[in-house]
Amino acid sequence: MTIQFNDETFRDDYTFFNTPQGIRRFPFPFDQDSYMYSVNLEPHDKGPEGTPFNVRFDVDEHYVSEMRDRDITLTEDPLRCQSLPHMELAGWDLLELIMTSKAKDYPDLFELHQDGDRWHWINKPLEIEQRFTFLDPTTLPCGPMEYITRQAQGDFALLDQREGNLWMDAGMVTSQADWSLDFDIGMNFLEWHAPVPGQAHDAKVFERALKFLLNLQQGAPTRRLNWTMTVNPRLDTSPENYHKWGPEKRTVTPDNVGEKQYLRVELQTLWRLPRSNAVAFPIRCYLLSLEDIVTVPKWGRRLHRVLRDLPDELAEYKGFTVNRPMIVDYLAQFDDGAETSPGIFPD
Amino acid sequence: MSSQMLRVTEISSLSPLVKLFRFEHPDGTSLPLFSGGAHVVVEMPDGELLRRNAYSLVSDPLEGAGYEIAVRREDTGRGGSLYMHSKVAVGDMLRVSMPLNLFSLDLRARKHVLIAGGIGITPFLSQLKQILRLQVPFELHYAARSSAEAAGLGLLPDLPQVHVHISDQGNRMDLGAILSGQPVGTHVYTCGPEGLIASVDDTAARLGWPESALHSEAFLAPPPGAPFDVTIASTGQKITVGPHQSLLEALEAAQVDIDWSCRGGACGRCETEVSSCHGRIEHHDHWLSDDEKSAQQKIMPCVSRFVGQEITIDR
Repeated sequence: MTIQFNDETFRDDYTFFNTPQGIRRFPFPFDQDSYMYSVNLEPHDKGPEGTPFNVRFDVDEHYVSEMRDRDITLTEDPLRCQSLPHMELAGWDLLELIMTSKAKDYPDLFELHQDGDRWHWINKPLEIEQRFTFLDPTTLPCGPMEYITRQAQGDFALLDQREGNLWMDAGMVTSQADWSLDFDIGMNFLEWHAPVPGQAHDAKVFERALKFLLNLQQGAPTRRLNWTMTVNPRLDTSPENYHKWGPEKRTVTPDNVGEKQYLRVELQTLWRLPRSNAVAFPIRCYLLSLEDIVTVPKWGRRLHRVLRDLPDELAEYKGFTVNRPMIVDYLAQFDDGAETSPGIFPD
Repeated sequence: MSSQMLRVTEISSLSPLVKLFRFEHPDGTSLPLFSGGAHVVVEMPDGELLRRNAYSLVSDPLEGAGYEIAVRREDTGRGGSLYMHSKVAVGDMLRVSMPLNLFSLDLRARKHVLIAGGIGITPFLSQLKQILRLQVPFELHYAARSSAEAAGLGLLPDLPQVHVHISDQGNRMDLGAILSGQPVGTHVYTCGPEGLIASVDDTAARLGWPESALHSEAFLAPPPGAPFDVTIASTGQKITVGPHQSLLEALEAAQVDIDWSCRGGACGRCETEVSSCHGRIEHHDHWLSDDEKSAQQKIMPCVSRFVGQEITIDR
């Protein structure tokens, strides 16, 4: 499988685009016509061919440009990547997991040659070749977590497990839906989920999810989808840069909503790491504009129904209350009331 | 619980009561690495019974060529260790779970102090290898009644940080001395009988240690007891739990679907709601809070039992 990488931007002139194949493989998050916040964890097993669920770490047409955007964000704000001192071993675990997965899943793009602890890594799309000694940080240009997450799409959090809790003690976060690593670093699982409103807390879903994750087994990763709405295809919707993207919400009009309003989906996976016993939490962001979504009739109908019926506090939490009527009006044109098939995939 | 079939490639005696078993993949494939303190669950097909016991890994966590466990023969136990000692031979294939760690090192520690009683030495053998690689200061204190009982001796490195206390040679472990004067940022790990863990906790509290710096793992096997009946709410089925069987094992034998992981009352995976209970649940786990235990609305089937008229569980 050869991937044609898009040359595109995620800021300023926003030249980001999805090809028709890119649209079809989008991880549409709604398996029915309504939505309720839930933990919805399922095994991260191999999904259908061509979908992002088919590999451990999905590489798509946005890879090269997304890594370029990450570099811009990091140059402006180095605190988007932080690792507390005790997390270095987890960083090596993550590096191993990503390198071995990518070399196996994309042999035409990535190669890993291991001779004991002497490793030789080749990343063809980013034109990187690195010989280094595994577990020896002096042989890499930066820490192991930063090194590998500059070459992997999506944000990454590394969670230390102790005292019956998970602690966000390291991460690379440049494509986030309005949360801050610099703010959350050192917090535990229940602390960093505190902002989720209403229902979720009453149902004690987080306590149950935490209990499940504390028992997460090696070799049995788990995944869930989360979603929000973003105006313009911007990866870096961080609190730090709210002044840059917040006002853009006001640029949406009935004429441009289909083009400017994006459904932002996070494919979140959770992995037990071997040496450190930490949990890796990759949060991979996918963006698809409303006008691209409605090219899949099932998705157009369903998204209309979900957003129309969503409780107000969830629209508020996800930050699109201001444009919700415009979005729902736009999508209504594509909802003929027909029944939708179960599951998330296009018909 | 994912697992794989592994071949027993070596059995050796560490002491009159303790044997070391080495497992390797039949194809020679490397096994998943793990972190110090991790355990595996070994399945033993013993006639009609499928026994499953958890054992700490004692081999090097960064060495994937094989897994090693140390098994102490419990002549009055439920039979798992006897099976390992008497029925398992080199060349046999046994099902072994993926490693899971409920007793990991706190990697923030400036220094690790490891305190082992008896067979409680086992999780420290892999932790020690991890600590030596990480090059963090440590002390290990290993208490045993006699040198014949100190099965871990042969597996411990000959280092000045390793202290062995054999009580019948008059060398008793002095917890006050061990816990006094440790540098700030030290973490303490205890594994052994409940009494040892309680003494470490008491001594540490007296000396003003923060609770978050204290870690412990009791080696919990399901205790035997009087047989009892349990009703399954979803089907109305009545199951008898034998004196040497755990409720979890009885549920498994009756094909009742139940998730599990540590089988020692620590991980919480098999937690089960109790819908009615006329009698007393004998809680043996470290998972439920004291309030939950006294409420009698939850039970941990891996280690806990019941005495009384009637109990119905939500399964």
